[in-house]
Amino acid sequence: MTTALQQAGDMRQPLGTPAALLMRGIGKSFDGKAALRDASFCLEWGEVHAIVGENGAGKSTLMNVAAGVYVADGGDQSIDGEAISLRSPLEAAAAGLGMVHQHFRLVESFTVAENVLLGFGRKAAVKTLTDAAAIVSAKSSEIGLPVDPHKLVANLSIAERQRAEIIKVMLLGARILVMDEPTAVLTDEEARTLLSFAQRLSRQGHAVVLITHKFREVAAFCDRVTIMRHGETVLEGARVANVTEAEVARLMVGDALTVAGRPLSRPGDVCLSVERLSARATAHGQSLNDLGFELHVGEILGIAGVGGNGQEELVACLLGLDRAGAGAIVLDGQDISTAKPDQRREAGLRVIPSDRFDSGLIRELSIADNLALTTVASGSFGGPFLLSRRAMREKAAEAIDAFDIRGATPERPASLLSGGNAQKVLLARELDHGLKVLIAHSPSRGLDMKAAEFVRSAIRRAVEAGAACLLISEDLQEVMSLSHRVAVMNRGRIAGCRQTGDVTPEWIGGLLAGHA
Amino acid sequence: MDFLIGWIAIIPSYAAPLLLASLGLIICERAGVLNLGAEGLMAISALTGAMTVLSGADPWVGLAAGSAAAMALALLFGISTVALRANHTLAGLAVVAIGLGITGVVGRPYVQKTFSGISTLGDLFGIDRGSAFGRIFAVQDPVTLALPTLVGALWWWLSKSRHGLRLRSVGENPAAADVAGIDVQLVQFGAVLASGLFCGLAGAYLSVATSHVWVEGMVASRGWIAVALVIFSRWNAARALWGALLFGSADALVPRLQAIGADVPVYLMMTLPYLLTLVVLVAGSLGGRRSGEPAFLGRVYLRQDKQ
Repeated sequence: MTTALQQAGDMRQPLGTPAALLMRGIGKSFDGKAALRDASFCLEWGEVHAIVGENGAGKSTLMNVAAGVYVADGGDQSIDGEAISLRSPLEAAAAGLGMVHQHFRLVESFTVAENVLLGFGRKAAVKTLTDAAAIVSAKSSEIGLPVDPHKLVANLSIAERQRAEIIKVMLLGARILVMDEPTAVLTDEEARTLLSFAQRLSRQGHAVVLITHKFREVAAFCDRVTIMRHGETVLEGARVANVTEAEVARLMVGDALTVAGRPLSRPGDVCLSVERLSARATAHGQSLNDLGFELHVGEILGIAGVGGNGQEELVACLLGLDRAGAGAIVLDGQDISTAKPDQRREAGLRVIPSDRFDSGLIRELSIADNLALTTVASGSFGGPFLLSRRAMREKAAEAIDAFDIRGATPERPASLLSGGNAQKVLLARELDHGLKVLIAHSPSRGLDMKAAEFVRSAIRRAVEAGAACLLISEDLQEVMSLSHRVAVMNRGRIAGCRQTGDVTPEWIGGLLAGHA
Repeated sequence: MDFLIGWIAIIPSYAAPLLLASLGLIICERAGVLNLGAEGLMAISALTGAMTVLSGADPWVGLAAGSAAAMALALLFGISTVALRANHTLAGLAVVAIGLGITGVVGRPYVQKTFSGISTLGDLFGIDRGSAFGRIFAVQDPVTLALPTLVGALWWWLSKSRHGLRLRSVGENPAAADVAGIDVQLVQFGAVLASGLFCGLAGAYLSVATSHVWVEGMVASRGWIAVALVIFSRWNAARALWGALLFGSADALVPRLQAIGADVPVYLMMTLPYLLTLVVLVAGSLGGRRSGEPAFLGRVYLRQDKQ
């Protein structure tokens, strides 16, 4: 199967015109750990080429090598037929390759124009801020991505920053544009705009590389796809029309993938009810307005919605991190709306936050410490003056075993774990015996398919065992496949709620967009 | 009136070392290297300046020699922080300890030996000391006279020029600077050396221009006040001028008050700069204003880091 597809890819080798970017036998190790081994990639002019793969498959590393950020340990690469060995990003830019990184390389305290001027380096023709602002405006209208050159980057939205970065890279002379998971931070609408821009660019003869997790984007906007796994290229440059989602998934993951559906449990009594919850908006946030829902035992209630519509604020209010202005939060008949976070936890509330390392785990602490964090106060691991490290280690070893946490020992710091394994640590801690209501906020964000599947089935098992789960996610597919009921959040309120079977695209689309 | 004129006349000489040192620190920290070593850099240059002049050299040569000595110590700081990636805070404290330690030992034979320092404007141009204006200007020296221009030039260079933009980008986002083809370490090294130069000028100014003598401990925490002044001025060279005048006038008030026999709580006065800095910090954070602190200050940038 694999070889057949690979041959299909190889058939499309360039005839006459040299490839825009050709990489062969690229190897790269970090601290003796191989991130790339014998990876290859071939990009043609005039195409949008997707690179897909799990987290840690080496997609970003390969493109960082192409962009001169990392220096490869071995292998050859050429741009437009000319063999090159890049030592720095500037050399890549000079050769016509520009990369838009996942974390934008923009100085936040500078304006867009200052950032562009900075990017030009020493020898460029553009020397003053006025000139820089002028060419930003010109390029911006030429390629149809609006951006104000005089605005501070710190005051721009994520989408605007991305546009500024793209314009900067293009102004530096990029004819090959590499974008590292550009849509991960965008709303659906913004993502569509960006992807059609990429398509337009390729039609003008440029070459675009799109690193992504999402097959939907590949199918709709890309010409060819390269799949990577464990630092190797497993499928090189197959035409998107010739592959199916199932094949891509299988090649990415390497072994069979079971798709978790809804938990088998039937919803029982109400266990969490939120009534008329209101909270004032903080600096950049969204206020909550008269928000209400009920969650039953053995049920997953999915809350869909575009990010920034109050999801963060709702989670903070439910956990007691933010004080709600008005309304009631009743857990198992007990009003907890004025309870402190630890009291709510005591009452059975657990959370998987959207940013694991922001409010879930502590990077610097060991895995054992992280696992013990929430129960240390209750005396599970010894008295107030002497903690039992051994009990913590044993508990951690059990969790590592039970949740198949790879690359972990109790004493290793959490920061060394990959995203998926860090999430497993969090699951091991939150899905404990006291669990009654789990708030899962984008639990599979940034995870590869396999890890995401693990997380989903862990949640499903917990719910089948009698817990309830509030699943807040921007991934509509995730919400639809896991939830008993689906609610849509829009501008700080629940805009509508239905049994999953009754959900129609028109209904959910209307509520998401906020027509209601 | 006499009191006021006497006070105003000595303010510049109190403000100048604070300003010079903080300008050096601003350059250094705008490039992302946290420099707490001013106290040590100033001590070593104050002694070197005094030793040079005592050996018969011109005071201006003493000023240059002091700066060179401080740059040598800054070079050590730069090697450990920029090249060897040592912790900036600890390396800075080490510079203070080294500076104070070396000057304590080496400077022992030179203690309390007075010498003639840089000529004042009064000596140079024969300003008449009859009027209040004359009395104030006659005691100034060329260094204080040149300082406002230096501040203006530095402010322009940092905030308006392309090179300033490049230096600031290193302190704000070295990854972005790196992508832009800037040699992050080279810029930081240059900035550290510049801080050595300016802190050296500040220290040598103390011994060669103001005191005309070397005494152990004569820097007397002025390096730390400069560190506070950088925060107070929110890393802005122009604001540092006003801050230095403010701190300098508070500093200069003590000997003036003592001269007229007033009983002043000296130690309380010495806390004033730090108190003012604290007020600025709190006011800034309450007002939601950016502190101006370079985003990457004090952190170590490694290009091949897997992020």
